Amino acid sequence: MTHAEVLIVGAGPAGIAAATAAARTSRSVLLLDDNHAPGGQIWRTDSLAPNPRDRHRDAALTSLQQSGAQLLFNTRVCDAPAPGILTTLSGEAITHIEYDKLILATGARERLLPFPGWTLPGVSGAGGLQALTKGGFPIAGKRVVVAGTGPLLIAVAAHLAAAHANIVCVAEQATLTQMAAFASAIASSPAKIWQGIKFRAQLRGAPYHTSTWPIAALGDTHLTSVRLTDGSRTWEEPCDYLACGFHLVPNTELASLLGCTFNGDFVAVDVLQRTSIGNIYCAGEPVAIGGLDAALIQGEIAGLAATDQLQQAQALHQRHATSLQRFVTRLEAAFRLRPELLTLAHPEDIVCRCEDVRFEQLVPYTSWTAAKLQTRCGMGPCQGRICGPATQSLFGWKPTSVRAPLSPVPVSAFIQFDLRTPTAPQEIP
Amino acid sequence: MHYDVIIIGAGIVGCACARECATAGLKVAIIEHHIPAAATTAAGMGHIVTMDDSPAQLALTAYSRGLWQQLAPQLPASAEYEACGTLWVAADDEEMAGVSAKQSVYTAAGIASSTLSPDVLASAEPALRRGLSGGFLVPDDAVVYPPASAQYFLQQAQASGTVLLQARVIRAANHSVQLADATILHTGKIIIATGADISLTPTLPIQKRKGHLLITDRYPGLIHHQIVELGYLKSAHKLTADSVAFNVQPRQTGQILIGSSRQYGNDDPGLDQRILAAMLERAISYIPALARVSGIRAWTGFRAATPDKLPLIGPTEDHSVFLAMGFEGLGITNATGAARLLADHLLLRPSAIPLTPYLPERIKQEAYAHA
Repeated sequence: MTHAEVLIVGAGPAGIAAATAAARTSRSVLLLDDNHAPGGQIWRTDSLAPNPRDRHRDAALTSLQQSGAQLLFNTRVCDAPAPGILTTLSGEAITHIEYDKLILATGARERLLPFPGWTLPGVSGAGGLQALTKGGFPIAGKRVVVAGTGPLLIAVAAHLAAAHANIVCVAEQATLTQMAAFASAIASSPAKIWQGIKFRAQLRGAPYHTSTWPIAALGDTHLTSVRLTDGSRTWEEPCDYLACGFHLVPNTELASLLGCTFNGDFVAVDVLQRTSIGNIYCAGEPVAIGGLDAALIQGEIAGLAATDQLQQAQALHQRHATSLQRFVTRLEAAFRLRPELLTLAHPEDIVCRCEDVRFEQLVPYTSWTAAKLQTRCGMGPCQGRICGPATQSLFGWKPTSVRAPLSPVPVSAFIQFDLRTPTAPQEIP
Repeated sequence: MHYDVIIIGAGIVGCACARECATAGLKVAIIEHHIPAAATTAAGMGHIVTMDDSPAQLALTAYSRGLWQQLAPQLPASAEYEACGTLWVAADDEEMAGVSAKQSVYTAAGIASSTLSPDVLASAEPALRRGLSGGFLVPDDAVVYPPASAQYFLQQAQASGTVLLQARVIRAANHSVQLADATILHTGKIIIATGADISLTPTLPIQKRKGHLLITDRYPGLIHHQIVELGYLKSAHKLTADSVAFNVQPRQTGQILIGSSRQYGNDDPGLDQRILAAMLERAISYIPALARVSGIRAWTGFRAATPDKLPLIGPTEDHSVFLAMGFEGLGITNATGAARLLADHLLLRPSAIPLTPYLPERIKQEAYAHA
């Protein structure tokens, strides 16, 4: 069994900041991630090589490398079998990692909502298409509509444009008024202004529509166009790809499995990012959808607090708490889903892709548990990661408890799960 | 409000009882404190199996399976009824030696079966490891998806006027049922069908017997039958020790359900990694390819075990209270038969098989016998 004094799950900005801060002490710090390199969704990279276009990222990665924190990639957490121990999977190998302090920096994923045609080939998540492109998916010369809601849309469009995609338009469901309020929040941060200007420039004049959302993806075997509406006018945009995401939902499965207390959809933490479990901390999107700055600051606070650098942690909190909270509130207000989005799905549209469950099959049920039991919605390989948030938006259902394994695991790996006693059960025939 | 029958517990047994009573014209209410079919019913494999470890058990499982077969054409697709058969496999010659006696018992009971040589076994299930001594096939056994089957029974009952109440029952005796909110419902008869929950009948010698299951991603065609090791009977009969046995089921989705384990004295619903690992190791020892398949979810459930392995079906000392409990690992199979026998008893109809071996009074007699 491996042991780390401070174990950090998730090597996005929050996890990187936490590891860097924690490793300033002499303690052993282990940072693990299921990707093959650090960066998380926002700084997703193929390597640790410097990226001249993002100095912020490079500075963070350099600090991390110099910090002495140990890095472990291609490793995902699949179980929390006992207090102080996580079970991880790398390839088909199971490892138990013992920790004194644990920092959860598990980030967020896109919310996907069902609408006619959303399962057609050519339709993907906005961040999903960005990740594919970073992985080498050929997007050059392809016509792409970016739609949905959230600050991610512009970033994705800019990234795809930089990869020589032809951005047809960006359709943001939020109103111009909502966006203006958000823009004023951005205006309080020079870094964000710079980032916004840079992204706008990269879009090369592609139209950015507010109060506009997709109502159907059209095509026989592959996407050929997207039907958009602004509520009064409806039109079609021919395209090859639709990159569509409706803001973010926190990745809180591990926190839930560990038994952390929640505050609504988010992990409850105190000013030092401590969860309800004394030696477990949480930072970044699982605490509140607050973006990059919040992730970096909360990650650093968690890293400091977990290594007893309490004064610095408290100082950091005091310096930033108010502005971070304001940003969270504005983000939430700016990208709140309009009610029209919740009525897009037709009865025959698939809601759960793993189990092919249609919208109409879910209508009779009054809870996630009952719907799961009778329709198997959310019981496939993704374990409700996609349809759980969708049905929460559509029907108001609350997700239920999380079970191990957190993601599919080869059956052979379960056999290595046993860690307490080397003895087999008695009297096995 | 007065009912002819109030059924407590909307698991598959309670739902089947509601259907039998309501379609016979009785005024029925069924009370569930949670969600129908969400406890033991949801945790089970859904194997419709004839079992011969006692004549009474064979009689009830065979009768119940026959009722399932009659129902099959009208079950909704969501019930996923599939007559895939049970394939019992012999790991060694000692296990194989018991097969001919087993086949005689099945034949005498009118249940089709056949003995498989090692070669035939290998071609029937190519994923099984080589070197097994043979198999015993019961082709008319089946599998169902239990929650959807229970839901079908419930819907049929509701279509015949059954009322589903969501409430917790705190007392059930003497023609009345008291709910947690102090409401009292009056009824001719009460059927307690609360599975492993004996809070209403605390003196019953029903023990929770914990089991683990794991479901895989989709691997259509990897296995074709419910496959169980013949050694299962040895392990399933032990009343005290923890045990695991090889027991796998192909789902219509192509997923594979892997079982099984049995534990007493463990009321914790959490996974027991040691047991889960032993269970999977055993499954892999029979089907090596399972090592590489992807497991997506593991869970536990509680069987309701009686001392003599037979269910409790019928009247109690309180002549208004009837039981349909204690089905151990055969609740899905026996739901149809138990419900029909109980309805026959309540309606004074002749029954196809005698109810006597399952009457709750035997438990008391046993207690006297041991005193």
